[in-house]
Amino acid sequence: MEESRKGGGRTPAVSMRGITKTFAGGVIANDNVDLDIYRGEIIALLGENGSGKTTLMNMLSGIYCPDAGTIAINGRKTEIRSPKDALDLGIGMVHQHFKLVDVMTAAENIILGLKEGRRLDLKAASKRIQEICDAYGFDLNPDQKIYDMSVSQKQTVEIVKMLYRKADILILDEPTAVLTPQESDRLFDVLRNMKADGKAIVIITHKLHEVLDVSDWVDVLRAGKFIGSLKTSETNEAEMTEMMVGHAVRLNINRPEVKNPKPRIEVEGLTVRSSDGLLKLQDVSFTARSGEILGIAGISGSGQKELLESMTGLCRIESGDIRYIYDDGRKKSIVGDSPLEIARLGVQLSFVPEDRLGMGLVGNMDLTGNMMLRSFRNGNSIFTDRKSPKALAGRVVDQLEISTPSLQTPVRRLSGGNVQKVLLGREIASEPTVLLTAYAVRGLDINSSYTIYRLLNEQKERGVAVIYVGEELDVLLELCDRILVLCGGCVSGILDARTSSKNEVGLLMTSLRGGRDE
Amino acid sequence: MNDAAKSKMKARIHIVKRAAMPWYQAAGIRALALFLAVIVCGIVTYVLTGDNPASVFKTIFEGSFGSERRFWVMLQNLSMLLCVSLAMAPAFRMRFWNIGGEGQVLVGCLATAACMINLGGKIPNGFLIFMSLMAAVSAGAFWAFIPAACKANWNTNETLFTLMMNYVATQLTAYYIIIWESPKGSGKVGIIQQKSQAGWLPQIGQYKYLLPVLVVFILTIIVYIYMRYSKQGYELAVVGESEKTARYVGISVPRVIVRSMILSGAICGLCGFLLVAGTDHTITTTLAGGRGFTAVMVAWMAKFNPIGMIFTAFLLVFLNKGAGEIATSFGLNQSFSDILSGIIIFFLIGCEFFISYRIVRQRGEGQNV
Amino acid sequence: MFDFVSFIPRAVMQSIPLLLGSTGETITEKSGNLNLGIPGIMYVGAISGVIGSFFYELSLPDRSLINPYLGILIPLSCCLLGSFLMGLLYCFLTVTLRANQNVTGLALTTFGVGFGNFFGGSLIKLTGGAVPSIALSATSKCFSKVLPFAKDTGIFGKLVLSYGFLAYAAIVIALLSSYVLNRTRTGLQLRAVGENPSTADAAGINVTRYKYAATCIGSMIAGLGGLYYVMDYASGVWSNDAFGDRGWLAIALVIFTIWRPNVGILASILFGGLYILYLFIPTGTNLAIKEIYKMLPYLVTIIVLVLISTRRKKENQAPEALGLPYFREER
Repeated sequence: MEESRKGGGRTPAVSMRGITKTFAGGVIANDNVDLDIYRGEIIALLGENGSGKTTLMNMLSGIYCPDAGTIAINGRKTEIRSPKDALDLGIGMVHQHFKLVDVMTAAENIILGLKEGRRLDLKAASKRIQEICDAYGFDLNPDQKIYDMSVSQKQTVEIVKMLYRKADILILDEPTAVLTPQESDRLFDVLRNMKADGKAIVIITHKLHEVLDVSDWVDVLRAGKFIGSLKTSETNEAEMTEMMVGHAVRLNINRPEVKNPKPRIEVEGLTVRSSDGLLKLQDVSFTARSGEILGIAGISGSGQKELLESMTGLCRIESGDIRYIYDDGRKKSIVGDSPLEIARLGVQLSFVPEDRLGMGLVGNMDLTGNMMLRSFRNGNSIFTDRKSPKALAGRVVDQLEISTPSLQTPVRRLSGGNVQKVLLGREIASEPTVLLTAYAVRGLDINSSYTIYRLLNEQKERGVAVIYVGEELDVLLELCDRILVLCGGCVSGILDARTSSKNEVGLLMTSLRGGRDE
Repeated sequence: MNDAAKSKMKARIHIVKRAAMPWYQAAGIRALALFLAVIVCGIVTYVLTGDNPASVFKTIFEGSFGSERRFWVMLQNLSMLLCVSLAMAPAFRMRFWNIGGEGQVLVGCLATAACMINLGGKIPNGFLIFMSLMAAVSAGAFWAFIPAACKANWNTNETLFTLMMNYVATQLTAYYIIIWESPKGSGKVGIIQQKSQAGWLPQIGQYKYLLPVLVVFILTIIVYIYMRYSKQGYELAVVGESEKTARYVGISVPRVIVRSMILSGAICGLCGFLLVAGTDHTITTTLAGGRGFTAVMVAWMAKFNPIGMIFTAFLLVFLNKGAGEIATSFGLNQSFSDILSGIIIFFLIGCEFFISYRIVRQRGEGQNV
Repeated sequence: MFDFVSFIPRAVMQSIPLLLGSTGETITEKSGNLNLGIPGIMYVGAISGVIGSFFYELSLPDRSLINPYLGILIPLSCCLLGSFLMGLLYCFLTVTLRANQNVTGLALTTFGVGFGNFFGGSLIKLTGGAVPSIALSATSKCFSKVLPFAKDTGIFGKLVLSYGFLAYAAIVIALLSSYVLNRTRTGLQLRAVGENPSTADAAGINVTRYKYAATCIGSMIAGLGGLYYVMDYASGVWSNDAFGDRGWLAIALVIFTIWRPNVGILASILFGGLYILYLFIPTGTNLAIKEIYKMLPYLVTIIVLVLISTRRKKENQAPEALGLPYFREER
């Protein structure tokens, strides 16, 4: 049954009109957004990071209150004041960060908050959970504790929880971000079953192939504004991308030629386990060279974090070696050294970590205080030197065009792009020979992203060995010289970025050849 | 009215976090809260004593400034409370909830008393004082080190640990008091070395309390500089803000926790030393006098700023003396001051809400209920 | 030979305030509120009961005319009201105004202990009475009344039936709390609030209401502990600071039992026993050693605290959100 119009003229299950939400500090997350959701359809809510997708859906699920605008459910104007209101209206949202209580079982989590009589009848609940699982094809043990579960199992609990509550409007926030391709496929099958069952489904995503794979309609948000609605079967990636970013992405990232590359850091047979004993990296070997950008691609959680952290001394290494190679060819193993020792040995690894505010910067300190993080030990005095970090802060602000009210502003009040620039500026200021970055452009607008690319290229031309962990293949292919692909903790290939295609990288990312269980 | 309509009524008010507030506005809110608290205190006092408010406040004022002796006692109390509060600053700055100040002060007292009793008259007086000081400072540091080490190694809950350590210290003190009691059977230690005054801190001129007050005054400046300008102070600020960031820049978090807590305990130990060798010359289980707990509130209200603590500590001591004066003149119980302190603190910690958050009224809707 | 027959009843009588205090605190902590005001609340509970019965006894022409129902009901409801208001104050500051829980708790203890000692020490003066001290013997008789046939049942009666009704109530409350926490929907939701309030909120649980309810009910239970102490254990005689550090011991007990009120029944008897052990062990002239015995409950609590932190077994930890304020729109 092909409809030419969204919903085919029926009453929408959800109709949002003129929704506006502003956060403290004046960030406008949503600006006058209109959105309709119909039963029996899967809608993909598409937008870049920070375009307001999650905020919009959070207002539907009662986490936030809109500042202005109206929401109508089944044609009736309603105010959704709390998640409870939302659930009463049949709206269920599966958040990116699961809302589960770790020490409780799946069944306990699923019935949490329900009023089915005072007595706690876990048996009856388990029976119903089993019925739901059978109906849609989930695999779940109701008595398993959450802390014993894998990410995909936790997600299953979340979805079953919503179904148990008879939610018929289901919102999933980036559901595949944490899943393997196989798990994603299984999830999509379940979603199709639900759609056939007449439920209205919204998935928040920025992955185009998923949109094409599973959705009926695509609604696009950009910078908090509603841009338009497309029928999936009548659109293509180019059109969606254009709506998403405002103009067609011809990335055109400048890529200087590699000059005089020399081996700088050598990783050999690196194996790392997480604190709970899971194998995170297995026998990883590669060499990063000065004057080139080595890209690292992979589905999130394939060992990127562990790789960077073992190179900076933040994580324990089970076996293997990491050697820093001086200009004269001498080699020095840095395994087992603390982050400070690695820095003190004259081995300069600058590391721009994944969660910028959580790890690289101190949100409540001002720019000067944050610049000091790397340099505060300088000198023999027991007191800190504040003058040079302050001067450095001033220089970084000028050179990287950071917009901040003053040097005394706590960095948590800066926008994502500026925060990233502060961090990168500080790391570059320490004149590194190896620069490690993780998701350097995550959540940044296009302009800031290009500034970051430019900065990285400058470092490359200075002869720094740059390692760039990224998630967007287009960027990796246009920015990097070589791309190392991680899959399940193993290196599944190292490609020349100039000659490889997106498909090649994509294939390596999902190849089972490099997988743990062979 | 149905449930939906009710929830609509209720939800009209809505709370958001403030971006920032200019300092004068924040100060204004705090002053207003203090003013309201004083009015409530006045009403409570009036109800209980029937005295007219003007004379109540006059009595309170006289509690601290009524005579030279009172003034010095107030200064001594202030400096002791300030000393323990200063000890809290490094711990709290790194979000370590040291509520074991009481115990740390007490072991400091105990160590000083032990030195004075056992070594008094056997070694030169100056050396004895030095030994007592070292013993007190190490005892306090050790008492703080135990929970800190467990926190650093196993992330043991420090709030509950330090709390328990208070009572271990109390019982330990009680044990030694019985051993040292003099005269036997009195359950008291009495004035230690009353005749020889061995181990007593020297008096500056005629002012008995001047030396401890000066020591704490200098300590305030040192702690302020340490927290604000030293590398260690910077490190503990980073640890307090984000342990992850600290590890990332190569700060050893366990080391900072242990080091700062040792410092915190050592200052408490110093306070114990000043109490026993400087003013009281005896030891009881209640010598710390709840300062370990009061200091938590003093430090919190001053936002861990040593200079701010002078004011918050003064506020509480002033009130304590004043309320004590009222209680005495009306034949009431001395605990009256705790009630007034409680009221003031409730207002002051409650008003922080209005500095950090903003209440927003929802626009539109509602009329169609 | 160790005299168990007289030791046990005394240990039990010591244990009841601790049990009530720790049951109240456990319920409170399960909601994520670390209420360090419990010692103060127990004082307020005690003094409110004392004030109630003081005025009731004062209104009687003759103490022997006391109506046993009113004699219990008046102090009981005053005690519940007083401790309820303290719990409410704590919640208003920490939940509604989001003040720091530790600071608020300590302030509440300062206030509560001061309140108790002030009225305990000044009640007679304030009412212009002539008696030298507060001794509510008539009320106390109502509270410590035992079953009429208890005396005839020998050792069994002495060990099990020799206590006032609040002692049994304490045990019933502890068992009931355990049942509610572990076996009912309300308990499940309360635990969720303490473990992960944002999850509970997303599941449609009113976090604020649960925190208020748990803390206020917990405070009332703890307040009963103070009432038991003064009316039954201390025979209706109020003396300042006599209640001592029992409030903190109750908080220690919460950790010692790893947040399980039913375990608290036996654990509190153990703690109570350690408190009076010195009376039953021949110490000769060494009186000092009794202070070391009194130290034991705190020491074992510290050991338990360290053990659970080294073991890291998920089920044995404090509620995960303990001590943290919850704000839905935190960003």
